Amino acid sequence: MLNSMIIGQYVPGDSFIHKLDPRTKIIVIFFYVIVVFFANNALSYGLLTLFVLLAVAITRIPLRFIIKGLTPIWFLIFFTFLLHLFLTKEGPIVVDWWVFTFHKGGIIQGLIISLRFLLLILMTSLLTLTTTPIEITDAIEALLHPLNKVKFPVHELALMMSISLRFIPTLMQETDKISKAQASRGVDFRTGKFKERLKAIIPLLVPLFVSAFKRAEELAMAMEARGYQGGEGRTKLRELTYVTRDIVMFVIFIIMVIGLFFLRN
Amino acid sequence: MDITFKNVSYTYQPNSPFEHQALKDISLHIPSGSFVAIIGHTGSGKSTLIQHLNGIIRPTEGEITIGPYTLSPDKKLKEMKELRSHVGVVFQYPEHQLFEETVEKDIAFGPENFAVPEEVIQSRVKEVITQVGLSEAMLARSPFELSGGQMRRVAIAGVLAINPEIYVLDEPTAGLDPRGQQEIMDMFYTLHHEAENQTTILITHSMEDALQYADYIIILNEGEKYMEGRPEEIFAQEEVIKQVDLELPESIRFIKAFNKRFNTSYPLIKQSSEQIANLITETLEQAK
Repeated sequence: MLNSMIIGQYVPGDSFIHKLDPRTKIIVIFFYVIVVFFANNALSYGLLTLFVLLAVAITRIPLRFIIKGLTPIWFLIFFTFLLHLFLTKEGPIVVDWWVFTFHKGGIIQGLIISLRFLLLILMTSLLTLTTTPIEITDAIEALLHPLNKVKFPVHELALMMSISLRFIPTLMQETDKISKAQASRGVDFRTGKFKERLKAIIPLLVPLFVSAFKRAEELAMAMEARGYQGGEGRTKLRELTYVTRDIVMFVIFIIMVIGLFFLRN
Repeated sequence: MDITFKNVSYTYQPNSPFEHQALKDISLHIPSGSFVAIIGHTGSGKSTLIQHLNGIIRPTEGEITIGPYTLSPDKKLKEMKELRSHVGVVFQYPEHQLFEETVEKDIAFGPENFAVPEEVIQSRVKEVITQVGLSEAMLARSPFELSGGQMRRVAIAGVLAINPEIYVLDEPTAGLDPRGQQEIMDMFYTLHHEAENQTTILITHSMEDALQYADYIIILNEGEKYMEGRPEEIFAQEEVIKQVDLELPESIRFIKAFNKRFNTSYPLIKQSSEQIANLITETLEQAK
């Protein structure tokens, strides 16, 4: 299960999208998320879908891989669809059989909300799929930089983010390792009563916490030993700079947004 | 219990950009009662191979039989727990798996899961704690207040307490001091020879350990079986071994150099430093 989760996973590549400045990606995605809520007919949704699919195509990450990786989210999407199907009572009745009374409005509403959901998730996972965690934090630090003026600890926040992102795969590996070791000692994580399975988590969680604390301590010591003292006066190895590529991206995005406002009713 | 691999392949994350074939068409047979060393470089597939031995992962192709149990790609083994009670695995850095409040409880955890009767567990715990070179006084302490080396021993005791017929050891001595390494390996060696028909599979980087303890060696390279044979057969082929960046054990290297220098022809087999010292004296005396 852990293997097929793609949320937060980076797939290396050298496509146009991979090479964009991470700030560009964050800004475009941020506004895309807002713009999605302005679409209100088939054409405008079509345009938004086309935009995402083109972006996915450019990254050359197989769509099948992405769709499979969203397995846990499919359930959520399906559930929202069902809710609308059963609860929205608008328009003429399409199906009326036993307890199933579906209105046309419900079906359409369900489809639209599911599509909207899917677009948002696809677009945001494109960010993590094509951008290394380090780039994302750098970009967030740069974008939030103005907040320094009001004494907001931007650097510390960015550091916290990059450390937690950095340790997600490590902890996943650790979990995998420990659960294999405990399974070898006869722990059964998959079958049995709910209460037993809950109890089976203890031999997994305790070592995981122990090693996480140990790691945190070691990291703090290593940082101190290398003279870390916070963000003040700290220079960067990779400076972020906007290049032509980013301007092209912004222009394309703005054209799409204008197109969207033409197409909507 | 005999172990047989028939054309086993394993692929991590198939059909994804991270797809990676860790084992390629491996066939091997490990008869009951043998002490086998599996050697190879990092990334050669050793750890993946041993995870098949107690069904932690299932082969993506091929078939594995361990005694009466068969592991295949498409069928889930019903008696998985039973299999695991027969195959004890000591993973790399096993001290990471400790979690109980006391050493005693942690050692008893395995046998409890396999529904071993309480009285038996009691006596086994006392037995294994001395086997790994710790005192019974340790049993009441928390595993987290022990030193790294002691934690390793407790974790190993936890596997011994299961009393399996097959031991799978994934670099059980990595990161220990030389004396600790020697003690742990000697312990497994005695254990192997005392028990009847116990199979031991040792994964190691150390050619010295492979020579000293194993009676059969399998070399893996990039997921494929590179060569296999008895230690003296393997270490007679220096050139072949060097192709996969492995070295001869120190003692064999010494005998080889000695043979060349003094024009002798001592066999390239396992010998202790005392035996080698005797050889030298013998040669020198003859030369007089």
